[in-house]
Amino acid sequence: MDNDETLLAVEGVTKAYPGVIANDKVSFSVTPGEVHALLGENGAGKSTLVKMIYGLVRPDSGRMLWKGAPYEPATPHAARSTGVAMVFQHFSLFEALNVAENVALGMEDPPPMRQLSERIRKVSETYGLPLDPDRLVGELSAGERQRVEIIRCLLQDPKLLIMDEPTSVLTPQEVLILFETLRKLSHEGTAILYISHKLEEIRSLCDSATILRLGKVVGTTNPRESSARELAEMMVGQTLHTPSRDSADLGDVVLELTNLSVKSSNPFGTSLKAVSLSVQAGEVLGIGGVAGNGQDELLAALSGESLAPRGAVKLKGQEIGHLGPNARRALGLLAAPEERLGHAAAPDMSLTENAALTGTIRRNLAKNGFINWSATEDFANEIIKAFDVRTPGPHNAARSLSGGNLQKFVIGREVLQQPDLLVVNQPTWGVDASAAADIRQALLDIAARGAAVICISQDLDELMEISDRFAALNEGRLTSPRPAKTLTVDEIGLMMGGAHDMEVAHVDA
Amino acid sequence: MDLSSINPLILLASIMVASTPILLAAIGEMVCEKSGVLNLGVEGMMITGAVCGFVVAVETGSPAIGFVAAALGGAVLSLLFGILTQYLLSNQVATGLALTLFGLGLSALIGQGYVGIKAPVTADVNIPLLSDIPVIGRIVFQHDLMVYFSIALIAGVWAFLKFTRAGLVLRAVGESHDAAHALGYQVVLIRLLAIMFGGACAGLGGAYVSLIRVPQWTEGMTAGAGWIALAIVVFASWRPWRVLIGAYLFGGVTVLQLNLQAAGVAIPVEYLSMSPYLITILVLVIMSANRSRAALGAPAALGRVFHASH
Repeated sequence: MDNDETLLAVEGVTKAYPGVIANDKVSFSVTPGEVHALLGENGAGKSTLVKMIYGLVRPDSGRMLWKGAPYEPATPHAARSTGVAMVFQHFSLFEALNVAENVALGMEDPPPMRQLSERIRKVSETYGLPLDPDRLVGELSAGERQRVEIIRCLLQDPKLLIMDEPTSVLTPQEVLILFETLRKLSHEGTAILYISHKLEEIRSLCDSATILRLGKVVGTTNPRESSARELAEMMVGQTLHTPSRDSADLGDVVLELTNLSVKSSNPFGTSLKAVSLSVQAGEVLGIGGVAGNGQDELLAALSGESLAPRGAVKLKGQEIGHLGPNARRALGLLAAPEERLGHAAAPDMSLTENAALTGTIRRNLAKNGFINWSATEDFANEIIKAFDVRTPGPHNAARSLSGGNLQKFVIGREVLQQPDLLVVNQPTWGVDASAAADIRQALLDIAARGAAVICISQDLDELMEISDRFAALNEGRLTSPRPAKTLTVDEIGLMMGGAHDMEVAHVDA
Repeated sequence: MDLSSINPLILLASIMVASTPILLAAIGEMVCEKSGVLNLGVEGMMITGAVCGFVVAVETGSPAIGFVAAALGGAVLSLLFGILTQYLLSNQVATGLALTLFGLGLSALIGQGYVGIKAPVTADVNIPLLSDIPVIGRIVFQHDLMVYFSIALIAGVWAFLKFTRAGLVLRAVGESHDAAHALGYQVVLIRLLAIMFGGACAGLGGAYVSLIRVPQWTEGMTAGAGWIALAIVVFASWRPWRVLIGAYLFGGVTVLQLNLQAAGVAIPVEYLSMSPYLITILVLVIMSANRSRAALGAPAALGRVFHASH
């Protein structure tokens, strides 16, 4: 191995957790200035791998080399002082603390607050990522939050920057600007380890890619020379089918929202402002937008968790704004919220019990206040069978299922209740590609049977694939829906609110 | 009724003494909650501190050593809570309640041979010059050292949380333990330290009751002060200076109603006795009326169990 050239080499690293081998003899290497992709499905072991590099997890066997010398970070502090920085996908920001405090917490040796604020301003201007150091992180948009994470890393002058699914919360324009920043960094000699399952991004950004499947390296390629389909099939290990639908004629208007304004119940949430829309039977309406622009509030207003003023919500012409979730279920409006554990499903209850939670009304699972458990269990089994949920049986706790399997269960539970209107939020978030395809197919199938579907999602590819019309949420306002077939990426980006106030990095490489 | 029998000077002077136990316990609990741990065992730690401080002070004849012992006693008892909740992941609410019951029983056991004995006297510090100021000198500057220590502690905690890196890390852990863990901070260790600080403060507060305020040992003598301290932390929106206001308000109304009772005011005793609780809650509710700001003050991870799963 050429030690002068290699920045980080991972050699035969293995990490096992009870019942699962997260990484099995994984090897790859990164050179300075290289943008290296780690590609794989959820559960392929990408996160465990980078956690080892960042000192959060220790490998069981194998070794890592940093510039040819053994590298065994025991803590993230050790990794940071070596020159490794990481932008997390979730949970590494503190909402009630301000930007400067958040940055300070991720630094080894932060300067006094006033100097730090000054440096944050300077770096953020240099890289075209404007940020006010005194603002509370809880008030920032998802894109701005990510800037906080990136600036936290940049202030430490990293040699290796790890980015874990950085684009899942950005508009297309913001993605372009992020890539510009990353390219500048790579020209300056910073190596970037880029984790994603979005193939087009990797093909446009990365110099090389290591593909993981079930903890093992299944290939190393130059992504620019492979097609997205080749990469996907290496990643999934099977041929993917694309969801398809029989075009159905649109029926009557099922749901109508007129100037719906709802205040968010979360102090950091986004209130809905004068949202109007209508959906017809047989139609899939896709609602895009960057996370935190009112998606959760819209779902709550539709499902009945938050009540609406008179006249704002009409189902099949009937006023339902004042009705709670169960009354709306009885009328045929079903919903599957984004958060699987704790919102869509009760984590510690069995699948049978979870089936009863939303299914009792439309499936007649209760009589005189007593639950008919055998009928409920049959219903749970029906969901498991119809949606290929991998679980030993309906008595298993919801928590024990993998994300994709639980999501199939949650969506299946609503689909099998024959809704007239189904509202889903992030139906395939964190779900592997083949399960995602199944879920999308199920949504298209109920639309073909004459139900209306509202799909709220941050995955634009998904929305383009299944929607008839597309609208975007931006700071609690909904754009007017437009036919999805004719939209360009630029138009979608503008509907989502564009790149806010970002600009392209202007560092001289 | 004879209101003239109330000496306003003595009344005001006794406010600081009446408030100090709650103030000490509340500031300790506030730090503990800022780290994301809800310890409902304040009452148990206070009474344990009270008995440890009293026994050691009587045996050694030194109130100072008694206070040190009280802080240690409270901290050791809180460590039990810490191990149960942080390592064995037990439920914080249930464990805290159990800690209170345990502390009450344990203190009764330890204090059995000490009922009816008088504690050695703690000297007041007469701050030269300041204590000679008419009126104010008598009210503010002629107390024992613990009164001033408790106020210094409030200032210290405020500065620690606002200006130091360790304080920032403590707040971060209470805000999101997952994020703090991902950045490499030792969530469990930080929380244990905060729990022990809370225990030590509660112990000091208890010893203040048994060594200075009463000063005697009787079973259950803290009489709910720990619960008041818990309530004050919440209504003070987890802010040190508001904790001070809350504690002094409660102490003030307590002293006032006792004086009114003694003066024979024509209000039933029951109403007078409940007045400190009512007024404290009322004022603090008004102070924390702005819901979104109050929500900002609450540590987001308060009471949630942390486990470093991968």
